[in-house]
Amino acid sequence: MRFVWKKLPAWFLALPLAFSLQSGVQAETVARYGISMADIPLTTGQPDRGAGAYQFTGHTIYDPLIAWEANIGTRPGKLIPGLATSWKVDPSDHKKWLFTIRKGVKFHDGSDLKASSVVWNLDKVLSDKSAQFDAKQSAQVRPRIPSIASYRAVDEYTLEITTKNVDALFPYQLPWFLIGSPAQWENLGKDWSKVATQPSGTGPFKLEKLVPRERADLVKNTNYWDKTRIPKTDRIVLVPIPDAMTRANALLNGQVDIIESPPPDILPQLKSSGFKLVTNVTPHVWPYHFSTYPGSPWTDIRVRKAANLAIDRNAIVKLLNGLAVPAKGQLDSTSPWFGKPAFKIGYDLPAAKALMAQAGYGPNKPLKAKIIIAQGGTGQMLSLPMNEFIQQSLAEIGIQLEFEVVELENLYLHWRSGAKADMNAGKDITGINLGYVTADPFYALTRFVDSRYIAPNGVNWGGYSNPKLDTTLDTLRNNFDTKVQDGLLAEVHQTMVDDALMLWVVHDVNPHALSPKVQEFIQAQHWFQDLTTIRMK
Amino acid sequence: MLSYILKRLLYALPIALSVTVVSFMLVYLAPGDPLNAIAPADAPADVIQALKSAYGLDKPIPIQYGLWLWRALHGDLGTSISSGRAVLGEVLGAVSNTFMLATIASFIGVFIGCVLGALAGYWRGSWIDKIATTLSVIGVSIPHYWLGLVLTIIFSITLGWFPAMGAGPGGSSEWVWDYEHLKYLVLPAVTLSVIPMGIITRTVRALVADMLEQEFVIALRARGLSSLVVFRHVAKNTAPTVLAVTGLQIGYLMGGSILVETVFAWPGTGFLLNTAIFQRDIPLLQGTLLVLCMIFVVLNLLVDIVQPLIDPRMGRT
Repeated sequence: MRFVWKKLPAWFLALPLAFSLQSGVQAETVARYGISMADIPLTTGQPDRGAGAYQFTGHTIYDPLIAWEANIGTRPGKLIPGLATSWKVDPSDHKKWLFTIRKGVKFHDGSDLKASSVVWNLDKVLSDKSAQFDAKQSAQVRPRIPSIASYRAVDEYTLEITTKNVDALFPYQLPWFLIGSPAQWENLGKDWSKVATQPSGTGPFKLEKLVPRERADLVKNTNYWDKTRIPKTDRIVLVPIPDAMTRANALLNGQVDIIESPPPDILPQLKSSGFKLVTNVTPHVWPYHFSTYPGSPWTDIRVRKAANLAIDRNAIVKLLNGLAVPAKGQLDSTSPWFGKPAFKIGYDLPAAKALMAQAGYGPNKPLKAKIIIAQGGTGQMLSLPMNEFIQQSLAEIGIQLEFEVVELENLYLHWRSGAKADMNAGKDITGINLGYVTADPFYALTRFVDSRYIAPNGVNWGGYSNPKLDTTLDTLRNNFDTKVQDGLLAEVHQTMVDDALMLWVVHDVNPHALSPKVQEFIQAQHWFQDLTTIRMK
Repeated sequence: MLSYILKRLLYALPIALSVTVVSFMLVYLAPGDPLNAIAPADAPADVIQALKSAYGLDKPIPIQYGLWLWRALHGDLGTSISSGRAVLGEVLGAVSNTFMLATIASFIGVFIGCVLGALAGYWRGSWIDKIATTLSVIGVSIPHYWLGLVLTIIFSITLGWFPAMGAGPGGSSEWVWDYEHLKYLVLPAVTLSVIPMGIITRTVRALVADMLEQEFVIALRARGLSSLVVFRHVAKNTAPTVLAVTGLQIGYLMGGSILVETVFAWPGTGFLLNTAIFQRDIPLLQGTLLVLCMIFVVLNLLVDIVQPLIDPRMGRT
């Protein structure tokens, strides 16, 4: 007993140390994320599998020069400084952009970020003569940074990029281009397959483990340069589960904590079991893109407008168990680029029938058209039921649709080739149904309306040409004031809607289902998401 | 016997060569562009052309086949367009996962199938026969996908006994033969075992029932031999056919079930094939098909070799 009393003060003194040790060995917080892809996207720097993959192995491991604000869900994000603290166009030559590279940033392998590292990364994807050129990464990002003509490091922390033409919207291309460590590639014997398992970026997460098609473990980078974005979870485990029902089962069973795209049918069960459903405005639209070439029934604007007025979009949203919002144009009406279109898209059957009658069609003279659609796939939502719904709706105003159903991969081929190509025109295909990402000015608007992007030069699939819009686009590309840019982009969108360039049906809401263990998950109004915002109990 | 084995080996060679032709050509019949696996959907024509050249897809198909076969003969099945990883490594990893699943599923299917079939055949027309026949018809007819989901809902979500998907807590690369990992095998293995169970039940039932009416069985019984001994003779005579059917079933299982492996996100050959098909990953698809077909050919060869060991008459035909 005397021994106990004698040692008591020492034990009390040791108590704070014990508590601090206890906090040091607190259990690691882990979020297991069931993703809808069949494999972990590329980890070498430029993720494959589309825009939705950037949130997993893109903006987690790497950073771009200019980032997209993705840690806010209540409004659309905007461009923010990434690895470049500032950027400006050269006043004497509007094709030249100068970027100030952030100082003190280190790659995960400990090497320093410099302007020369960015040049090395640009060579990696744009110069097939460079030793580090990687055809796979190049294929991912080259179409997304089409404006770059040349580049050089002016000094250790200044980068100069010259564009092919004056392009005021150029900064919007840069969140797609991610910067990896040249030193790591050298250290790993200049072998990209080794870099895939031991990548080194500057991002908020480090890749600790990669099991192809099964899991990728991302661990918190405690030395991340942006202290406001230190991950709130120690480890995020990405688990590819391509089947939607299997993903939902894994969530219900507690094997994962978050899933993408839960199947609409299972939402009531998820909600009643205490799981949270998170959705938000998402830059995506599910449209019919019309051919405007001579001979297409959609050359008549009255027919295009009638089709837009014949769809009960609320009923489609109901069909999707609420996992969509009705489209009033290419963009969601909350977008700063929505503008004020004169043509109001909604459900107005009498007006639609009247327009068809004006165009010379009626019950005795139906309009026939063939649309190419996918049987399903990423971005296509519930392709077949939705297309059948459209088919029945348009039949009510005398438009008889016939479908050419193909796999999504095949649909892309038809899309890239354009409506005039033999594979489309030769089969009388005059419309294509493909979910579009509408994340930035190029993806949302300009690529579809610029006559210089008529397929196969771009994805202006239907051959739309409007000289007035081309002039507006030229003005836009030459104007560096973002407020003026926003106004001009709104003008472009207004014209698109007023011309009823497409039949816009719904926007996706990018649904996620979360287990009660997830305390916080901010869903940005974008395909880029910020996984640093995930907080577990 | 040696000439019999050599003859079988010789028969297998043209089959193997045909398999390489079919594996290579089949994927070109499907519409779509293999470069969709790596290029974004809106990639311009020059990017596509550069990729075609980089992956040798701009060469004539016979030349592509020749180069592919030459490399395959040297153990190189190329590189996956989609992942950039070596196809051989991808396929062997998936084959080992499927092998694990197929072995357990085969064991369940063959064991239950033989027992049910033997009981049904022995007591033909009885209630045992009716139950066994019903079970075998259900086994053959039930959609795998649906059964997998139902089993998951009952045993994984409602009862919480088994995981709903995956190949172990740390993935297949950290597989250990303990209960914690075996739990992941139960539901997919049971789902996968149902078809072989049905087919083997029906085969064994028919064979046993037929065998029991043979004169030699009547003769055995007339000699006063016990039912067990009689049954042993019946089993020995039915074994070659059962073995052939079992070999085929194991071959099918080794091919992996795309549906079962997708429902349970089991990283086997079915899952790999599914990924390769949807991504138009031609080298991966060709490599996987080739390896699976070769496994099938080898399994059949093994069955052909083992059969005469059980029934020497077959070696003489």
